[in-house]
Amino acid sequence: MLDKNGIAKRIAKEIKDGYYVNLGIGIPTLCANYIPDGINVVLQSENGLLGMGPFPLEGEESPDLINAGKQTVTMLPGSSIFDSAMSFGMIRAQKVHLTILGAMEVSENGDIANWKIPGKMVKGMGGAMDLVASAKNIIVAMQHVNREGESKLLPQCELPLTGIRCVKKIVTELAVLDVLPNGGGFKLLERAPGVSVAEIIAKTKGKLVVDGDVPEMEI
Amino acid sequence: MNKIYANAEEAIKDIEDGAVLMLGGFGLCGIPENCITALVKKGTKNLTCISNNAGVDDFGIGLMLQTRQVKKMISSYVGENAEFERQLLSGELEVELIPQGTLATRCLAAGYGMPAIFTPAGVGTEVAIGKETRNFNGKDYLMEYAFDADFALVKAWKGDAAGNLIFKDTARNFNPLMAMAGKITIAEVEELVPSGELDPNFIHTPGIYIHRIFQGSGYEKRIEQKTVRKRL
Repeated sequence: MLDKNGIAKRIAKEIKDGYYVNLGIGIPTLCANYIPDGINVVLQSENGLLGMGPFPLEGEESPDLINAGKQTVTMLPGSSIFDSAMSFGMIRAQKVHLTILGAMEVSENGDIANWKIPGKMVKGMGGAMDLVASAKNIIVAMQHVNREGESKLLPQCELPLTGIRCVKKIVTELAVLDVLPNGGGFKLLERAPGVSVAEIIAKTKGKLVVDGDVPEMEI
Repeated sequence: MNKIYANAEEAIKDIEDGAVLMLGGFGLCGIPENCITALVKKGTKNLTCISNNAGVDDFGIGLMLQTRQVKKMISSYVGENAEFERQLLSGELEVELIPQGTLATRCLAAGYGMPAIFTPAGVGTEVAIGKETRNFNGKDYLMEYAFDADFALVKAWKGDAAGNLIFKDTARNFNPLMAMAGKITIAEVEELVPSGELDPNFIHTPGIYIHRIFQGSGYEKRIEQKTVRKRL
């Protein structure tokens, strides 16, 4: 089973040379720490920054330079700043190659719910609806089950949707899964170290396709 | 044509109860601090505020929520404000949550003189309820209208007497968009200089969009999430 850093590390293997990448809040942010050596990747922050660097050194933080999670950040050489309309313009026009974000639920046709729990949480969708409606390649980083032990990979989302038929890949503490086109379900690609196929089947409520031997992931 | 005002109190004097306002900023980054303070002092009520966020409990738009000056918020994310959540759940405050890119592009449309835009954000979700949908090249898009705001309150790093503005780092965010979109736009700047001192090649917002400008004072520029690396 993977911890949060393990999930981030596995997802980071999907990041290729030359990619512009948008990382969501939480586990996705950790992916920045595991981008493979020797490749050139530019991180986009939807509040208007390309070329986001690491957190600043103590004492060098600036109130004018933050990421979409409102954390103080830095800029790498070659960075650029733009307004929020251009930021979502480059997302909508698919200039950003990969979006990695968290989710509360994903359905077997790739619908995602991650912005609202009626009666409990009313924080808003931020940029998530724009990102999932436009990105070519969306990877979800999440736990396989919720705190009550219920599967978050469902036949249909029960929570209000953020976007429809958009998630391409899911990485959880247990597995790597593709979302097959046309409602084909979740295809099990890899198991986390020490996790059995039986456990993944037991914890996946939506349609799960298991085809032959499922390799253990290499991270 | 004098656009220069002495301070925020003078610049916002004619904002009446019930006005529709745009306020620039992302989180607490690049918010019009002086204008917010002046509005709290003036006590203008029943405001509709279009702003990506609603501040925190004791700073930014949060200050106007404490004094019950806001009737309605139009925002994309309001997670940092407990008083906001309380007023929302008790029904004191009307809230319209919209996708962040939609918010930005509805400002852009207003500033570009376009009545509406089409966006895929929110298709198939509750955001789409009651909205016209059009299919272009096999993909569905929602029609979203340009905003119609009485005043836009924006914050810039530098400005000149002609109203030209330059923003600093990610404090740019919604500010140039809202600057274009207000019927009357009020810009507060950290440094106000005479015309001719800013290089025209590096202006972010041309002065034509700015009706009033003043040099702000006492900027707190509060950091919402200070995240740093330890020095070794």
